[in-house]
Amino acid sequence: MLASIIFILITAGAFYFAGKKFMKIRRNILLGKEEVLIQDSSQRIKNTFLIAFGQKKMFKRFIPAIFHFFIYAAFLLTQIELIEIFIDGIFGQHRFFYNYLGGFYTFIISIIEILSVLAFVATLIFLIRRNLLKIPRFHKPEMNGWPKLDGNIILYLEILLLIFVFTMNGTDEVLHQRGLSHAHGAQGIGSFNFAISDFMGPFLFGGIESETTLHLLERVGWWGHILVVFAFLNYLPISKHLHIILAFPNTYWAKLSSRGQMANMPEIMNEVKSMMDPNAAFDDTAMSEEIPEFGAKDIFDLSWRDILGAYTCTECGRCTSVCPANITGKKLSPRKIMMDIRDRVEEVGLNLDTGKIEFISPTKKEEGATLSSSNYEDGKNLFDYIQKEELHACTTCNACVEACPVMINPLEPILKLRRYEILTESAGPSDWVPMFTSIENTGSVWAIPDARDKWTELLKED
Amino acid sequence: MAQLAAEGKAAEVLFWVGCAGSFDARAQKVTVAFCKILNEAKVDFAILGTEESCTGDPARRAGNEFVFQMTALQNVEVLNMYGVKKIVTACPHCFNTIKNEYPDLGGNYEVIHHTQFIQDLIADGRLKIQEGGVFEGKKITYHDSCYLGRVNGVYEAPRSILESLDNDLVELKRSRANGLCCGAGGAQMFKEDEPGDKRINTERVEEAINSGASIIAANCPFCITMLSDGVKSFDKQEEVMVFDLAELIVNNNKL
Ligand code: SF4
Ligand code: SF4
Repeated sequence: MLASIIFILITAGAFYFAGKKFMKIRRNILLGKEEVLIQDSSQRIKNTFLIAFGQKKMFKRFIPAIFHFFIYAAFLLTQIELIEIFIDGIFGQHRFFYNYLGGFYTFIISIIEILSVLAFVATLIFLIRRNLLKIPRFHKPEMNGWPKLDGNIILYLEILLLIFVFTMNGTDEVLHQRGLSHAHGAQGIGSFNFAISDFMGPFLFGGIESETTLHLLERVGWWGHILVVFAFLNYLPISKHLHIILAFPNTYWAKLSSRGQMANMPEIMNEVKSMMDPNAAFDDTAMSEEIPEFGAKDIFDLSWRDILGAYTCTECGRCTSVCPANITGKKLSPRKIMMDIRDRVEEVGLNLDTGKIEFISPTKKEEGATLSSSNYEDGKNLFDYIQKEELHACTTCNACVEACPVMINPLEPILKLRRYEILTESAGPSDWVPMFTSIENTGSVWAIPDARDKWTELLKED
Repeated sequence: MAQLAAEGKAAEVLFWVGCAGSFDARAQKVTVAFCKILNEAKVDFAILGTEESCTGDPARRAGNEFVFQMTALQNVEVLNMYGVKKIVTACPHCFNTIKNEYPDLGGNYEVIHHTQFIQDLIADGRLKIQEGGVFEGKKITYHDSCYLGRVNGVYEAPRSILESLDNDLVELKRSRANGLCCGAGGAQMFKEDEPGDKRINTERVEEAINSGASIIAANCPFCITMLSDGVKSFDKQEEVMVFDLAELIVNNNKL
């Protein structure tokens, strides 16, 4: 009874705190702008199924994909076991389904066990890979500090989880073989016949004579398991492992239009159209408004999908490892761009949570105004995180877009930031100015005095 | 085009020459080569001549939407005025912009890259590739441009042209969707590199030279400039040549 109450309290607490954090993330994502998207849900569902669920893009690098898949599959299937843990925890049962599912129960748990062993191996390999092997994409400057720790914490948690699972199953197996298991429906001397703990249980715990110790260890395994799961749940929102959830919506909402299509800016198109059209009425309503800002300077100007992408980023660095600018030693790293967006939106989110009026923009400070995303101003923006030099190095080659296993598009925010610099600040690399002027004046990227069809003379010469 | 329109005729296809193809000395050769192929295959084509402007790709990617819209809307107006339906171009950037970005501006055309067009000509028997040409058995490697390859997914047409030349195609390690950029895109062509360890074209040419090929085949005027510069930086211009696919055909068929 007491155990049930404790279980219910811990569970409620874990879900409450995690839920709160997840709602904050949702709020932060929606700080971005709305965007008109192609409505093609069948294509979107297909993408989600193949790329997020089926991890299609992961398999471009086969070996890491396989190991990652073990961890992923073990994680997914362990959730089935959680259903039983909740029932057992709340109602003070022990292996509630064992009695009803019989052989099928053995089958499911066996699969979970086998996957867990594979996941264990994969985890060890990943720990070695991350820390001992010098794989460049794990050792870029943006990976120092928390991101590095974050990458390891999850692997430790995974190992802890597996130790608990096998302690739980292993001791229970030994108890069952001695006719002492408390499992629902495990009468008398017998075996659960789980694929791994069937032999690993007796091997590890068979030497323990004391029944009390075995029961205690079994409980330690059970509680440890669920506590790690709760810890993980609350750790997710501050970690790159959020991708296990957000990979799905991010893939679903990923860009469907051609990669080669930069978002059109209708406000500019219409203005240019009216400039070109001699008959257009002079529209002074548009002129009287304050000078509009184009492009993106802060997270509020990005699309909500860019922010979703930032929260989805696994920090795997596949994008950066294929980025031509990064390969040749330039500062640009598409992964860093996504991480910067996340850091910035987290900062804004935390400030918004304080509700302090010092974060209200001076121009919008009215009597009794409360802090909200529409009047927010903290004197900082994305350019405090991302240097222009990074943005200028991008060749728009789309290699990062191609590489990202969870369908993040680092190029879109890069280009929005460039637009801000050029259109709103009228700044940018000075080398570009002659190109702009030349297109504007002569219709060519180079200011060449020849006629555009002069080359046809070459054809006649031959 | 203006001439044809005055005569009340319409061409089968409009050849969009682009800035590089019109003004860059190296790219002009590709333009001429492609025209020879079109003539050889008796394709009835037209050009806009002085009525053509930059598509606006570098301006837009640099972030200058105003300049992009100005030049792009003007092009759309001209193209629509002549009722153009089908466009072929030897520049993947022009190809991409007209194909993917002009529809939002009211310009809807069938847009084909010259490598696709040539492949079709060969497939339809309009263009015959002479057998036993200069490239037979030669080691050629192919550089996928970002805007034809990864961005628009055209990988096969250029390769099938190479195949028809009976040469020995050596694929680069980074090819097709994993192809490495030449370094020119995103308006990089028009500015100095940001500080770094090396130039992108050097990185790419290194890979191409290591493949052992004596010819790097490309499909983009900007790639050709970048790759040629890269080859020069290794002082290999005698051993390794950079050609557009159209030029290879012209050389093979001695057009
Ligand atoms: S599009 Fe830009 S950021 Fe992405 S890989 Fe290419 S150069 Fe790097
Ligand atoms: S953007 Fe994608 S590829 Fe790049 S680090 Fe994040 S998850 Fe990996």
